[in-house]
Amino acid sequence: MEEDLCYRQEYSLKGGEFARAGEVSRRIKDLLKELGLDVQVVRRAAIASFEAEMNVIMYAFQGTVRLAVTPADVTIIVDDHGPGIPDIELAMTEGYSTATREMRELGFGAGMGLPNIKRNADVFRIVSEPGRGTRLEMTFARDGRPS
Amino acid sequence: MNLRNVLDRLDGELLTPGSDLGLEFTRVFASDLMSDVLAFTGPGELLITGLVNGHVVSTAAVADVAAVVFVQGKRPSAAVVGEARDNRLPLISTPLSTFEACIRIGSPRSDA
Repeated sequence: MEEDLCYRQEYSLKGGEFARAGEVSRRIKDLLKELGLDVQVVRRAAIASFEAEMNVIMYAFQGTVRLAVTPADVTIIVDDHGPGIPDIELAMTEGYSTATREMRELGFGAGMGLPNIKRNADVFRIVSEPGRGTRLEMTFARDGRPS
Repeated sequence: MNLRNVLDRLDGELLTPGSDLGLEFTRVFASDLMSDVLAFTGPGELLITGLVNGHVVSTAAVADVAAVVFVQGKRPSAAVVGEARDNRLPLISTPLSTFEACIRIGSPRSDA
Protein backbone atom coordinates (compact mmCIF):
# COMPACT_ATOMS: atom_id res chain seq x y z
CA MET A 1 0.00 0.00 0.00
CA GLU A 2 1.23 3.48 -0.87
CA GLU A 3 1.08 4.87 2.67
CA ASP A 4 2.59 1.82 4.35
CA LEU A 5 5.27 2.72 6.83
CA CYS A 6 8.59 1.36 5.65
CA TYR A 7 10.77 2.56 8.48
CA ARG A 8 10.37 3.95 11.98
CA GLN A 9 12.96 4.85 14.59
CA GLU A 10 13.09 6.75 17.86
CA TYR A 11 16.03 8.48 19.53
CA SER A 12 16.54 10.21 22.88
CA LEU A 13 18.29 13.52 23.49
CA LYS A 14 19.54 15.04 26.71
CA GLY A 15 19.80 18.77 27.26
CA GLY A 16 23.33 20.09 27.73
CA GLU A 17 25.04 17.10 26.12
CA PHE A 18 27.07 19.20 23.71
CA ALA A 19 29.69 16.49 23.25
CA ARG A 20 27.08 14.24 21.60
CA ALA A 21 25.43 16.95 19.55
CA GLY A 22 24.77 15.82 16.01
CA GLU A 23 24.91 12.07 16.70
CA VAL A 24 21.20 11.51 16.17
CA SER A 25 21.08 13.56 12.99
CA ARG A 26 24.03 11.75 11.53
CA ARG A 27 22.38 8.41 12.28
CA ILE A 28 19.22 9.65 10.60
CA LYS A 29 21.23 10.82 7.62
CA ASP A 30 23.02 7.47 7.30
CA LEU A 31 19.69 5.64 7.51
CA LEU A 32 18.05 7.78 4.85
CA LYS A 33 21.05 7.25 2.60
CA GLU A 34 20.85 3.49 3.15
CA LEU A 35 17.18 3.59 2.24
CA GLY A 36 18.23 5.12 -1.07
CA LEU A 37 16.51 8.49 -0.77
CA ASP A 38 17.40 11.37 -3.06
CA VAL A 39 20.61 13.07 -1.87
CA GLN A 40 19.01 16.51 -1.72
CA VAL A 41 16.13 15.21 0.38
CA VAL A 42 18.61 13.45 2.68
CA ARG A 43 20.63 16.66 3.05
CA ARG A 44 17.59 18.83 3.81
CA ALA A 45 16.26 16.32 6.35
CA ALA A 46 19.69 16.00 8.01
CA ILE A 47 20.15 19.78 8.29
CA ALA A 48 16.66 20.33 9.71
CA SER A 49 17.10 17.44 12.12
CA PHE A 50 20.49 18.78 13.23
CA GLU A 51 19.06 22.24 13.89
CA ALA A 52 16.25 20.72 15.96
CA GLU A 53 18.69 18.47 17.81
CA MET A 54 20.89 21.46 18.67
CA ASN A 55 17.88 23.34 19.96
CA VAL A 56 17.03 20.52 22.36
CA ILE A 57 20.64 20.25 23.55
CA MET A 58 20.98 24.01 23.96
CA TYR A 59 17.65 24.88 25.54
CA ALA A 60 15.72 21.84 26.81
CA PHE A 61 16.14 19.24 29.55
CA GLN A 62 15.46 16.25 27.34
CA GLY A 63 13.90 15.37 24.05
CA THR A 64 12.74 12.64 21.73
CA VAL A 65 13.28 12.42 17.99
CA ARG A 66 10.92 10.21 16.03
CA LEU A 67 11.66 9.35 12.43
CA ALA A 68 9.10 7.81 10.11
CA VAL A 69 9.74 6.98 6.48
CA THR A 70 6.95 6.04 4.11
CA PRO A 71 7.11 5.50 0.35
CA ALA A 72 5.90 9.09 -0.01
CA ASP A 73 7.77 11.10 2.59
CA VAL A 74 10.04 11.41 5.62
CA THR A 75 8.64 12.82 8.85
CA ILE A 76 10.74 13.87 11.82
CA ILE A 77 9.01 14.86 15.05
CA VAL A 78 11.06 16.36 17.86
CA ASP A 79 9.42 16.71 21.28
CA ASP A 80 11.22 18.31 24.15
CA HIS A 81 10.65 18.97 27.83
CA GLY A 82 11.96 22.44 28.37
CA PRO A 83 11.14 26.08 28.84
CA GLY A 84 9.04 26.29 25.70
CA ILE A 85 8.82 29.30 23.40
CA PRO A 86 6.62 32.19 24.60
CA ASP A 87 6.56 34.01 21.25
CA ILE A 88 6.89 31.64 18.28
CA GLU A 89 6.64 34.40 15.70
CA LEU A 90 9.60 36.17 17.28
CA ALA A 91 11.57 32.92 17.56
CA MET A 92 11.01 32.32 13.83
CA THR A 93 12.66 35.64 12.98
CA GLU A 94 16.11 35.21 11.47
CA GLY A 95 18.74 36.52 13.86
CA TYR A 96 16.59 36.43 16.99
CA SER A 97 18.32 34.33 19.62
CA THR A 98 18.38 33.72 23.34
CA ALA A 99 21.61 31.73 23.14
CA THR A 100 24.23 31.92 25.85
CA ARG A 101 27.85 32.88 25.26
CA GLU A 102 28.88 29.21 25.52
CA MET A 103 26.50 28.27 22.69
CA ARG A 104 27.77 31.09 20.49
CA GLU A 105 31.40 30.13 21.11
CA LEU A 106 30.58 26.71 19.73
CA GLY A 107 29.37 28.33 16.51
CA PHE A 108 25.64 28.12 17.17
CA GLY A 109 22.88 30.26 18.58
CA ALA A 110 22.84 32.78 15.74
CA GLY A 111 19.07 32.79 15.54
CA MET A 112 18.99 30.80 12.32
CA GLY A 113 17.83 27.42 13.61
CA LEU A 114 14.05 27.55 13.42
CA PRO A 115 13.96 29.58 10.17
CA ASN A 116 16.42 27.11 8.66
CA ILE A 117 14.26 24.16 9.66
CA LYS A 118 11.29 25.84 7.97
CA ARG A 119 13.38 26.55 4.86
CA ASN A 120 14.51 22.95 4.51
CA ALA A 121 11.27 21.15 5.34
CA ASP A 122 8.41 20.83 2.87
CA VAL A 123 5.94 21.02 5.73
CA PHE A 124 6.83 22.51 9.10
CA ARG A 125 4.74 22.84 12.22
CA ILE A 126 5.73 24.13 15.63
CA VAL A 127 3.73 23.97 18.83
CA SER A 128 5.04 25.19 22.15
CA GLU A 129 3.77 25.51 25.66
CA PRO A 130 5.84 27.82 27.87
CA GLY A 131 7.07 26.00 30.94
CA ARG A 132 6.43 22.57 29.43
CA GLY A 133 8.10 22.12 26.07
CA THR A 134 8.06 22.33 22.31
CA ARG A 135 7.11 20.05 19.43
CA LEU A 136 8.54 20.42 15.95
CA GLU A 137 7.09 18.43 13.07
CA MET A 138 8.83 18.42 9.73
CA THR A 139 7.99 16.51 6.59
CA PHE A 140 10.08 16.03 3.47
CA ALA A 141 8.56 14.73 0.24
CA ARG A 142 10.70 11.90 -1.10
CA ASP A 143 10.25 12.97 -4.70
CA GLY A 144 11.38 16.54 -4.08
CA ARG A 145 9.55 19.67 -3.08
CA PRO A 146 5.78 19.75 -3.60
CA SER A 147 4.61 22.23 -6.22
CA MET B 1 39.76 23.71 -8.17
CA ASN B 2 40.75 20.70 -6.11
CA LEU B 3 42.27 20.07 -2.68
CA ARG B 4 45.79 19.77 -4.08
CA ASN B 5 45.44 23.35 -5.39
CA VAL B 6 44.19 24.48 -1.97
CA LEU B 7 47.17 22.92 -0.18
CA ASP B 8 49.55 24.64 -2.61
CA ARG B 9 47.93 28.05 -2.49
CA LEU B 10 47.48 28.14 1.29
CA ASP B 11 50.79 26.55 2.27
CA GLY B 12 48.47 24.07 3.87
CA GLU B 13 49.02 20.86 5.77
CA LEU B 14 46.69 17.94 5.23
CA LEU B 15 45.56 16.70 8.66
CA THR B 16 43.81 13.64 7.26
CA PRO B 17 46.43 11.69 5.31
CA GLY B 18 44.97 9.55 2.59
CA SER B 19 42.22 12.04 1.68
CA ASP B 20 41.54 12.35 -2.03
CA LEU B 21 43.47 15.45 -3.11
CA GLY B 22 41.78 15.37 -6.49
CA LEU B 23 38.46 16.22 -4.81
CA GLU B 24 36.92 19.10 -6.79
CA PHE B 25 34.77 21.92 -5.45
CA THR B 26 33.35 25.01 -7.06
CA ARG B 27 32.35 27.19 -4.12
CA VAL B 28 33.99 28.39 -0.93
CA PHE B 29 32.27 29.43 2.28
CA ALA B 30 34.18 31.19 5.06
CA SER B 31 32.56 31.42 8.49
CA ASP B 32 32.99 30.73 12.18
CA LEU B 33 29.23 30.45 12.55
CA MET B 34 28.10 26.87 12.10
CA SER B 35 24.53 28.19 12.07
CA ASP B 36 25.40 30.01 8.85
CA VAL B 37 27.08 26.94 7.39
CA LEU B 38 23.86 25.01 7.95
CA ALA B 39 21.72 27.80 6.52
CA PHE B 40 23.69 29.09 3.56
CA THR B 41 25.99 26.46 2.08
CA GLY B 42 25.22 24.05 -0.72
CA PRO B 43 26.55 20.51 -0.99
CA GLY B 44 30.20 20.03 -1.90
CA GLU B 45 31.53 23.43 -0.77
CA LEU B 46 34.90 24.12 0.85
CA LEU B 47 34.59 25.54 4.38
CA ILE B 48 37.19 27.95 5.76
CA THR B 49 36.91 28.51 9.51
CA GLY B 50 38.73 29.47 12.66
CA LEU B 51 36.67 27.11 14.83
CA VAL B 52 38.30 23.80 15.69
CA ASN B 53 35.76 22.09 17.92
CA GLY B 54 33.96 18.85 17.10
CA HIS B 55 30.83 20.69 16.02
CA VAL B 56 32.63 21.81 12.89
CA VAL B 57 32.96 18.19 11.80
CA SER B 58 29.36 17.38 12.80
CA THR B 59 28.09 20.38 10.89
CA ALA B 60 30.24 19.63 7.86
CA ALA B 61 29.09 16.02 7.80
CA VAL B 62 25.43 16.97 7.99
CA ALA B 63 25.72 19.74 5.38
CA ASP B 64 27.80 17.68 2.90
CA VAL B 65 30.76 20.06 3.11
CA ALA B 66 33.58 18.80 0.83
CA ALA B 67 36.52 19.71 3.08
CA VAL B 68 37.44 22.06 5.93
CA VAL B 69 40.36 24.51 6.11
CA PHE B 70 41.41 25.76 9.56
CA VAL B 71 43.06 29.17 9.51
CA GLN B 72 45.76 30.85 11.65
CA GLY B 73 47.62 27.57 12.05
CA LYS B 74 44.86 26.15 14.21
CA ARG B 75 44.57 22.40 14.56
CA PRO B 76 41.67 20.43 15.98
CA SER B 77 42.28 17.73 18.61
CA ALA B 78 43.18 14.18 17.61
CA ALA B 79 39.64 13.12 18.52
CA VAL B 80 38.13 15.66 16.12
CA VAL B 81 40.54 14.60 13.36
CA GLY B 82 39.56 10.99 13.98
CA GLU B 83 35.91 11.89 13.71
CA ALA B 84 36.60 13.63 10.40
CA ARG B 85 38.38 10.57 9.07
CA ASP B 86 35.41 8.41 10.07
CA ASN B 87 33.27 10.75 8.01
CA ARG B 88 35.78 10.86 5.14
CA LEU B 89 36.03 14.60 5.61
CA PRO B 90 39.41 16.06 4.55
CA LEU B 91 40.89 18.60 6.99
CA ILE B 92 43.57 21.16 6.14
CA SER B 93 45.42 23.60 8.39
CA THR B 94 46.90 26.83 7.01
CA PRO B 95 49.01 29.47 8.75
CA LEU B 96 47.09 32.16 6.83
CA SER B 97 44.22 34.31 8.08
CA THR B 98 40.69 33.81 6.77
CA PHE B 99 41.03 36.95 4.64
CA GLU B 100 44.35 35.90 3.11
CA ALA B 101 43.15 32.34 2.53
CA CYS B 102 40.07 33.60 0.68
CA ILE B 103 42.16 35.94 -1.46
CA ARG B 104 44.62 33.23 -2.42
CA ILE B 105 41.88 30.76 -3.32
CA GLY B 106 39.95 33.40 -5.23
CA SER B 107 42.90 34.72 -7.24
CA PRO B 108 43.07 33.57 -10.85
CA ARG B 109 46.08 31.32 -11.22
CA SER B 110 47.20 28.70 -13.67
CA ASP B 111 46.71 25.76 -11.31
CA ALA B 112 42.92 26.02 -11.10
